[in-house]
This record gives sequence, structure tokens and C-alpha cells, in this order.
Amino acid sequence: MKNKIAVQIDDLTVAYNYKPVLWDIDLAIPEGVLMAIVGPNGAGKSTLIKSVLDIIKPIAGSVKIYDKPYRKQRSLVAYVPQKGSVDWDFPTTALDVVMMGTYGSLGWIKRPGQKQKKEALEALEKVGMLAFKSRQISQLSGGQQQRIFLARALVQNASIYFMDEPFQGVDATTEKAIINILKELRKAGKTVIVVHHDLQTVPEYFDWVTFLNVKKIATGPVKDIFNDDNLTKTYGINYKVSVQQ
Amino acid sequence: MDILEYIELVFTDYTLRTITLGTAVLGAICGMLGSFAVLRKQSLLGDAISHAALPGIAIAFLIIGAKNSNAFLLGALISGLIGSFWIRGIIRKTHLKSDTALGLILSLFFGFGMLLLTYIQKLPNANQAGLENYLFGQAATLLESDVWMMSLVTGICLIVLLLFWKELKISLFDSDYTKTLGFNIKFLDILITTFIVVAIVLGLQTVGVVLMSAMILAPAAAARQWTNSLSIMVILAAIFGAFSGVIGTAISASHNNLSTGPVIVLVAAVFVLVSFIFSPGRGLLFREIRFRKNRNDLQLHKTLSFMYNIVKDHEDISHPHAIKILNNFQGFTKKSLQKLEDKDYVTIEGNMWSLTTSGYETAANLYNQLTQTEDE
Repeated sequence: MKNKIAVQIDDLTVAYNYKPVLWDIDLAIPEGVLMAIVGPNGAGKSTLIKSVLDIIKPIAGSVKIYDKPYRKQRSLVAYVPQKGSVDWDFPTTALDVVMMGTYGSLGWIKRPGQKQKKEALEALEKVGMLAFKSRQISQLSGGQQQRIFLARALVQNASIYFMDEPFQGVDATTEKAIINILKELRKAGKTVIVVHHDLQTVPEYFDWVTFLNVKKIATGPVKDIFNDDNLTKTYGINYKVSVQQ
Repeated sequence: MDILEYIELVFTDYTLRTITLGTAVLGAICGMLGSFAVLRKQSLLGDAISHAALPGIAIAFLIIGAKNSNAFLLGALISGLIGSFWIRGIIRKTHLKSDTALGLILSLFFGFGMLLLTYIQKLPNANQAGLENYLFGQAATLLESDVWMMSLVTGICLIVLLLFWKELKISLFDSDYTKTLGFNIKFLDILITTFIVVAIVLGLQTVGVVLMSAMILAPAAAARQWTNSLSIMVILAAIFGAFSGVIGTAISASHNNLSTGPVIVLVAAVFVLVSFIFSPGRGLLFREIRFRKNRNDLQLHKTLSFMYNIVKDHEDISHPHAIKILNNFQGFTKKSLQKLEDKDYVTIEGNMWSLTTSGYETAANLYNQLTQTEDE
């Protein structure tokens, strides 16, 4: 490995009810990579992120962020959930949602002030949404909502970013805008982990990739491991057999 | 009785003053907390909790053998809390969806409560009379001490809401994300659920088990129509709730044999109805008006762009053309032509029309404008 390890996952197993969703995952994500997690529907991509972030309790395994448990390293980690996971008719504005990114560093009870507002406005500008700051969030398009979520994570000023399908349902312009921001984050030495669906764009967007289908199929630099062999192993017709093993 | 007389009576008559204050405070706290229930998509939770409180009242009576509203409150609170945490448990531990869990707990507890009530009515205990008032509520039984109790709870609830405002707001909007920021969402969940249970239990004596959920839902649903800000929504819901209480009490007090609880609920329903129709942003009326206006604008634009296509090949843009040549165009009506003239886009002389300079420029920009608004 070229760098320090940002995220270290050992023996992670997750199950809803009886069927395992993730089976014995070992994964080391080096610092400073822009990594895609790819795999078919139901492969456990979102679950992997959620169990790293302690949203879902795994049956077994451990997750370390820079050698310490996640609970002690929350401030280093930012999360962009799937856009569809919230109700966009909630009575609030774009700026308000981005401000939520500062709540973690504020802690309990303390109110956001001018400093937090300034940070939120800067993040809105970065994603090109400053003009929409007072807009009720239901009146934003899907792509704009995704940018708001991205801005909220940027405000957290973290070292590691987990993003769950940030390109889902956005147009080509927004996709380019988002990937440019992600590449900037990598340039600044941050680690970015993205659940991704469009295999076509993996070599163009990412430098690191993890193939996932309940079990980890492969992980490494895109130029070394993004090949037919791994794609077939992940998406191929034999995948049911490999689940049962 | 006219309004002035009534208002004077509110200030002089002890019973009426107590009831008016009580229902106002009750409406306010229910509106406030109801906003959270509605936004958590747990509108039915209120219904389940209020029904779940009934056996608690009955059991409290069986234990102390006399009517005591504080003991009843405690009994209702305990069984309401048990009911709501069972609902939570069922949703988390089984595959059942929340509506099933709510329905299950609601009917189970209510059935048990009714069973106890009928049993109590057969008891040779003269104190049991009036216990069935908890089904539909009886505001006349409110005492000044009850109103103090309600005000105290409302005060505590207000302080807690202000204190944990930011946490409650973010956990309402995006609970997974809230968890990653290090906030204990279980604590927040229990906090708000407990307050909702308390508000419902406080209202049972006045509004009753059966109608209590309306007090939680109606003011919040009405308030949501008028604003896109959570804080304003909560304030508005409290105001709507309080006015439902005051107006409902006034109506029921000035007519014989009108029970207060149902009247309050009906007043709240009127707030909802008016809000659904007349609120400017989300109301049905203004939505319809906006929809029609957009359609008319589109029709005008279609006519204008048709004219533009005819005119653009001529050197003189204001060269007059016969109205007749527009006839085959489906968007064209006498009215839309008239509207275009009103906007100074065309001039009409006899049966000839000609584009004005401003009309020409508007038409030339139409296409750009359309794509721009779609980008937004």
C-alpha cells in the first residue's frame, strides 16, 4: 500500500434476519484514494457504508478509522446518504439543510451561529447552489437536492467521505460538477468512498475500486483490477453459487 | 348571547374561564407536539396512544376505588407509554409495518379498556358514575388545578423543545445522518414520544379517548399548509390549536347540549379545511389559479411564437397581416389576441394585426426563456 490506511475493515459480517448481506469482509482503504464500490443490486454496497458508520449493527467484525474505533473518530468522517432516504417535503430551506453539517461539531444544545452560517454559505457556493439558499427543499430538482447533500457533507470538513449513490438521478452537468468536487477533495488529501452504479465511468472517475457481492471480490487500483475477470466474478451468472459458499 | 356578553362571561364566570383556559392550553400543547408527530409520519400514533390510555384509567379506578383525575392521569400515562413502546418494539422486532402495529395496539388496549369499564359499571360502587366520560371527554369537569397542571407541562415541553430544537429538527429530517454526527437518536425519539403521550393524556378528560388524535393532527396539518419553516409551523399549530379550544368552548357554551370535545375537534377540522383550500403556497385554490394562469400564458406564448414565425421573414417586423391567416392555428382565440394587444405585443387594426417591437423581442426570447426556467 502506498499510504496510511484510512479505513480498516476486518471480518465484517452483516445480516438482516437470516440471510447474510455482507459476509466476512476484509478491506483496507488507503488514505487519499477516490474509491468506487461496485456490485449488483443487493450486493450490500449501502449496507457496507452504513455498518462502517455504525448505522447498522454488524453481527461480527470491526471497523477502524485511522487505527481507532469509529465512535472516537466521528469528526473525521462525513456521510452523504441516498437522496431518496429523506422526505424532501420537510419544511426547511436549502441553507438550513447544509447548516446541519455543522451540528456534529457543535454538539448537544449549542445553536449554530454566524460562523456556522458562513461555512454553510461557502459550501453552497462550492456546489454552485448559493442562489438557491432560501429555496424550500421540495422545490429543488433531484440534481440540486443531491448537491445540497454534498454541501452538507463538505461543511463537516472531514478527512473521509462516504457517499451513497451521489450520481443517482442527476443529469450530466450535475454529475460532472459533483465528480469535480470529489476530485478536488482527493487532491486535498481526503479519502472519498462512493457507492457507484455506472461501470462505464469507473476508470474515468476513480483511481481505486472495490468489487462487492456479499463477499469482497477484489479491491485495488482501477488500472490493475478493473477487468473482465473481476466484473464477471461480481456480476456474472455464477454469483448465486458464490453467495452460498 | 352575543359575543361581547360572552367575553364578559369568560372573565367573570369561574367554570367558563377554567374551561376556556384549559382548552386553549391543551390546544396549544397538542398543536406544538402534533407537528412532530405529523412530520415523523406517525399521525396515527396519537390515535393509538389515546386508545391505549383507557385501560390505565380503568385500572387506576380499580386500585383506588374513587375518582381522582391525577390518579387517572398517571394510569393513562403509564398505559399510554406502554402502548407506544410496544408499538416501537413491534415495528423494530417484527416484519410488521407501522400501520399494522398501531392498529394492533389500538384495538387491543381499547378492547381491554372497554372490558374493564363494563366490569366497573357492574360494581356496587357509586363512585364509578362518570368514568365513561373519558370516552368522549367532558370539559365541564375541568378544575383550576387541572389547568395549572396543563400549563406546567406545556411550559416544561416548551423549554425542552427550545433546548433540543436543533437535535429534534435534524433527527426528524434525516435520522441516519443524525446518528453519524454522534447524536443519540434513541434518546430524541423517546423524548418526543413521551411528550406526545403526555399531551394526549392531558387531553383525555376534555376531549376524550376517541377524538383525541384529531387534536394532535388537525392543527399541525393546517399549519403545514401555510409555511415552509419548521419553527413557524410549530408556532402556527400551537395558535390554531389554542383557537380551536377557545372557539370550540364558546360555541358549546352558548348552545345547550353541545358537548365541548367534539365541537373543539370540529373547529380544528374547519381550520384544516380552510388551510387546505386557501393557503397561498400549497392550497387547492391557488394551485388551481396558478395552473390556469400557466396554461393561459402558454397559449399566449404559442400564438405569439406563431406570429413571430410569420413575421421574421419580413424586413419590417410591424408589417400588418390578416387575422385570417391565424385561423388554422389551434391556440388562437379572439380572447388571446385581445390579451396580446393588452400586453402591447400586437396592434390590431380592423382585421389586420402587426407585431410591435416589444412583442417581437419577447417572442424572440421565448425559446430561451422556456429552456431557462426548466434549468432552474
